[in-house]
Amino acid sequence: MATLTIITDTTMLDDFFVRAVLAGSMLALVAGPLGCFVVWRRMAYFGDTIAHAALLGVALALLFNLNITAGVFAVAVLVSLLLIVVQRRAGLSSDALLGILSHSTLAVGLVIVSFLTWVRVDLVGFLFGDILAVSKPDLLVIGMGGAVILFVLGWFWRPLLASTLSVELAEAEGQRPEVMRVVLMVLLALVIAIAMKLVGILLITSLLVIPAASARRLSASPEQMVLIAALLGVLAVWGGMGLSLNFNTPSGPSIVVGALVLFLISLIVPARLFGRDATDGDLSHD
Amino acid sequence: METRELIRLDNVSVRDGTRVRVEGISLSITRGQIVTLIGPNGSGKSTTAKVVTGVLQPTSGSVLRRPGLVIGYVPQKLAVDHTLPMSVLRLMQLTGRYPLPEVMAVLEAVGIADLARRDVQSLSGGQFQRALLARALVRNPDLLVLDEPVQGVDFSGETQIYELIGRIKHERDCGILLISHDLHVVMAETDTVVCLNKHVCCTGAPEQVMQSTEYLSLFGPQHGHGLALYNHHHDHEHLPDGRVAPDGHTHDHHGHHHA
Repeated sequence: MATLTIITDTTMLDDFFVRAVLAGSMLALVAGPLGCFVVWRRMAYFGDTIAHAALLGVALALLFNLNITAGVFAVAVLVSLLLIVVQRRAGLSSDALLGILSHSTLAVGLVIVSFLTWVRVDLVGFLFGDILAVSKPDLLVIGMGGAVILFVLGWFWRPLLASTLSVELAEAEGQRPEVMRVVLMVLLALVIAIAMKLVGILLITSLLVIPAASARRLSASPEQMVLIAALLGVLAVWGGMGLSLNFNTPSGPSIVVGALVLFLISLIVPARLFGRDATDGDLSHD
Repeated sequence: METRELIRLDNVSVRDGTRVRVEGISLSITRGQIVTLIGPNGSGKSTTAKVVTGVLQPTSGSVLRRPGLVIGYVPQKLAVDHTLPMSVLRLMQLTGRYPLPEVMAVLEAVGIADLARRDVQSLSGGQFQRALLARALVRNPDLLVLDEPVQGVDFSGETQIYELIGRIKHERDCGILLISHDLHVVMAETDTVVCLNKHVCCTGAPEQVMQSTEYLSLFGPQHGHGLALYNHHHDHEHLPDGRVAPDGHTHDHHGHHHA
């Protein structure tokens, strides 16, 4: 068992590996809960688009010599807001809009990067992540960013959930669903900014979507689903890092493979194990 | 505002750019009263309801709301995504936190206490509508806004839900604004019918509206009949699970007729 090796045999762990596992775990703890909203609101493609736009953020940050995480965050927020505005004005379906923005921002980012002959850009690192290169300052950024995301999710939990269930209902009972939508988009931009270094632009959405989707069948309430998604995400990181350590596979993709394996397992685990009694109509009368 | 009045719209207009959504709407809802909005598609029923709930601000005219007015809302269409695990009990706490005994009492009142732990996605149309109604009621609202509450409910379920709404009006003493998808049938319990077509065509007690020339010219002739009252008299009662209730369960009328 790869995960067992990590936990028991600490002597073989180099410092960079501990940092990588720690960073990955912190990210998973945040991505799982946020990913639940992505799944509930069917925003997976939206998340993908913002992630692709992150490369444009990287390119612009390099061009103007700014902090890359900050650049990615700023561009991701701008693109989400742009989406909200354009969606209201243009007659295009949001699906087509996302398709246009997703790939054009990625392409523009790649083109700009190709012009930056004076900086050595590790493109593969941005696309697929380089979790083993996580530094101590990176850990701090991930930890703080993650804490902010969890705090905001907890603070707005009820209105976020209500507006996810029904915009009209939330609105009529005095909540602000449009505000909640912007809050979610900013959080998504933030998680993408901190996750890019770990799993890369192309794989970020999987960390949001797969643990949440795996948690669905095992959960009887939104709160349970959020917790289980966070835990499954952490497990996926441990499993993936173990795989990467033992078989020398690339870390980012290995984590996603770990998440996929957990998802497949979740499909065959009988839901009753977790006390759900809804599927077969069996009612408890307590 | 008089003491039992909850909300009053005075000459309210809502415009979207140059498009008129409603014009010159005046209506008032008091406690213990059901106001039913009827009108063809696009006549501004939902816009009017949104002005009442405060989601839309009128472009002109005034809205007087009783201070601290609590609104309970039942939306027109609500499809809870299958990816969202949501039991009836959890749904009840959607926009606020309420003690379990209170929640159970409301579920009992709408007749779905035994479904409390079921996922909302597994409920039938009628059961889900009851759950939504219960969710709005647990807020202890002064004003209930029901947007086509019997949509997607079969005929016998429809009768029961109308009956339930009538009972709520009496027992809770709240005001009810009901948007009806049916131009020709309104609940017998309705106190005031407001017939909309961008503006208020006619308003008054159902019997009055039924006979008004405005109503007849708008909806009457081409449909062959005018406004009917939905009286629910039947010789037996179904419980939500389909069983026939014991005699005298809620009332003692006999025979089926919808006059």
